[in-house]
Amino acid sequence: MQNTNKSRSKDSLKKVLSAQNREQMKYKVRKFIFGSKDTEGAGKLAVIYLLLISIGFVYLYPVLYMISKSFMNLNDLLDTSVNWIPSSLYTNNYVQAFKSMDYWKTFRDSIVIAGVPTLINVVICAIVGYGFARYEFKGKKILIGLLLFSFILPPQATMMPTYVFYTNIGLINSLKAFIVPALLGQGIKSQIFILIFYNFFRQIPKVLIEAAKIDGAGHFRIFRKIALPSAAPAILVVFLFSIVWYWNESYLTQLYVVGAFTSSADTYHWSSLIVSLKNFENSYNNARSVAGSGMVDINESIKMAGTMLSILPLLIMYLVLQKQFVESVDRAGITGE
Amino acid sequence: MKKGRKIKPGRLEQRENMIGYLFILPWLIGIVLLVLWPMIQSFQYSLNRIKLLPQGMAMLYVGTENYSQIFLTDPDFIMGLETYLLETLIAVPVIVSFSLIIAMLLNQKISCRGIFRMIFFLPIIIASGPVMQQLADQEAASIPMMNVTMIEQLLDEYLPHVLAASITSVFSNMITLLWYSGVQILIFLAALQKIDTSLYEAAKIDGGSKWECFWKITLPTVKPMILLNVVYTVIFMSNNEQNSLIVLIYDTMLSATGGYGYASAMAWLYSVIESAIVIFFAVLIMGRKDVYERRAKKYRRELKKEKRLEKKIRKRGERNERKYAKHKQKQEQRQSEKSA
Repeated sequence: MQNTNKSRSKDSLKKVLSAQNREQMKYKVRKFIFGSKDTEGAGKLAVIYLLLISIGFVYLYPVLYMISKSFMNLNDLLDTSVNWIPSSLYTNNYVQAFKSMDYWKTFRDSIVIAGVPTLINVVICAIVGYGFARYEFKGKKILIGLLLFSFILPPQATMMPTYVFYTNIGLINSLKAFIVPALLGQGIKSQIFILIFYNFFRQIPKVLIEAAKIDGAGHFRIFRKIALPSAAPAILVVFLFSIVWYWNESYLTQLYVVGAFTSSADTYHWSSLIVSLKNFENSYNNARSVAGSGMVDINESIKMAGTMLSILPLLIMYLVLQKQFVESVDRAGITGE
Repeated sequence: MKKGRKIKPGRLEQRENMIGYLFILPWLIGIVLLVLWPMIQSFQYSLNRIKLLPQGMAMLYVGTENYSQIFLTDPDFIMGLETYLLETLIAVPVIVSFSLIIAMLLNQKISCRGIFRMIFFLPIIIASGPVMQQLADQEAASIPMMNVTMIEQLLDEYLPHVLAASITSVFSNMITLLWYSGVQILIFLAALQKIDTSLYEAAKIDGGSKWECFWKITLPTVKPMILLNVVYTVIFMSNNEQNSLIVLIYDTMLSATGGYGYASAMAWLYSVIESAIVIFFAVLIMGRKDVYERRAKKYRRELKKEKRLEKKIRKRGERNERKYAKHKQKQEQRQSEKSA
């Protein structure tokens, strides 16, 4: 009698224990999946990774598509069973695109077209940004408003008179058409760069500048010796973005530098990779008619190879400098209002 | 020091500030020469019919004829404008909210963060007009697994056709839209990293969930950035070479029937509309007050109400007291009369 009672109580104890255990297990599993307040749960992490990877794939999809298509030969293109991976590494597309774009010359031109205005842009925007940040002159607020306004204004509103103006003073069809606006702080998206420098220079402690002043430094010396060296992250950001935006600008480059309408033989004929990509089909057909039977008819693969070639320099630059790209933005205080 | 030539306090600083003009001089010249003056000129162009002759431009004043032609006889501009407006109004919120989500995902403590960031910032580098054009021609700019036609049919049933068409175009150009959000992600990410983590810790101690933290800490902090991103997105979408209106203006400028004058009128209208969109979004975002502002306002209003009530009660009390005193006086008088 006593024995059975004992065993029963043991049983119930077991039950309670197992129920407790189950509860605990449940709690643990829930904690594992959803996480507590301090740690992320595995399930949550999995969802985050899944989201990131799938969106990342969508992001990369066009690039992957481009790479895969650019290595396909004509048979692969027509064969519906070949979807992603070409049957053989066919590099002839690149050779053809390379030839028709006149790659080396275009590449050199592109670097000059993007590089020279960028250097000027960095210097001028730093000077103007410093002027705005450091001095409290009359009408400063109005001028900053004007700066923002010129950022909002679409370039088309001023394009036609500017084009006429450039033609009259003989800037068109040369690099001068990019250099002069950059010198006057009106290059491509210079307004953003001025604002970046403005934000950055405002964070320099005034004490530092006053100390330099007491030591007998002039205005420009303070700018050169104190402001500029401390602005290295901002300079990097402006440099990188300016180069990218100048490189990718096809519209204004074609209008002002390459010369869409008037091309005279005696001056140097500029070209840039992005512009030649824009007119890829025409230039390819021209090259083909010159070269004769050596080149095949244009197809998607060649176009993709041309696209790839035109963004390749930027891509390489990005892969090398990606850390700077990502980190510099935090340090440059783009968002330091 | 000479007599009478006293330097007023602040004079020196004022004079030093004049140097500021020297620093911004290049930009000042630039904005007058390359922005304001061309703007005035282009407005002047828009009132003329311009013919390009070998010896220069021949201008013929026509008044507002160019503008009336845009509205009354030319179907291209108005139609382009309609799609542009709808697409911008739909695409801007999509891009901004999407980039905020991506930035928040990237801001978490995850491994391979560098690689993910690299992928998401890639479009900043390569998303230029001709490249996008090439990709769009190959139909590489839409998500392959997404069945757009089905979405289109579904939307067409429930929504008016114009709206459905523009929403469908958002879906079919999904990758293009995603690719345009590189800079926005960058800006949001920089803003998110600047948020003080102790804020989140304090919220956690008070029992705030992640959801609440997002609405009450993250969103109010990045609000200025949202405005910045919206403005940037509108400008980017509008000044893009993929934009049909930009192409139209460019074509008109070179065509025989249009010419500089007509194109200038279009460009002017276009910039006015673009500024209007920017202002619309700015008002929409900055006009909306967040929870705290609203609550603070409510609290202040209640405080005022309470004070008024208090005052009322006090006044009534005073009045009653006075009444009572009068009453008592009268009673006393009466009593004294009675006793007398």
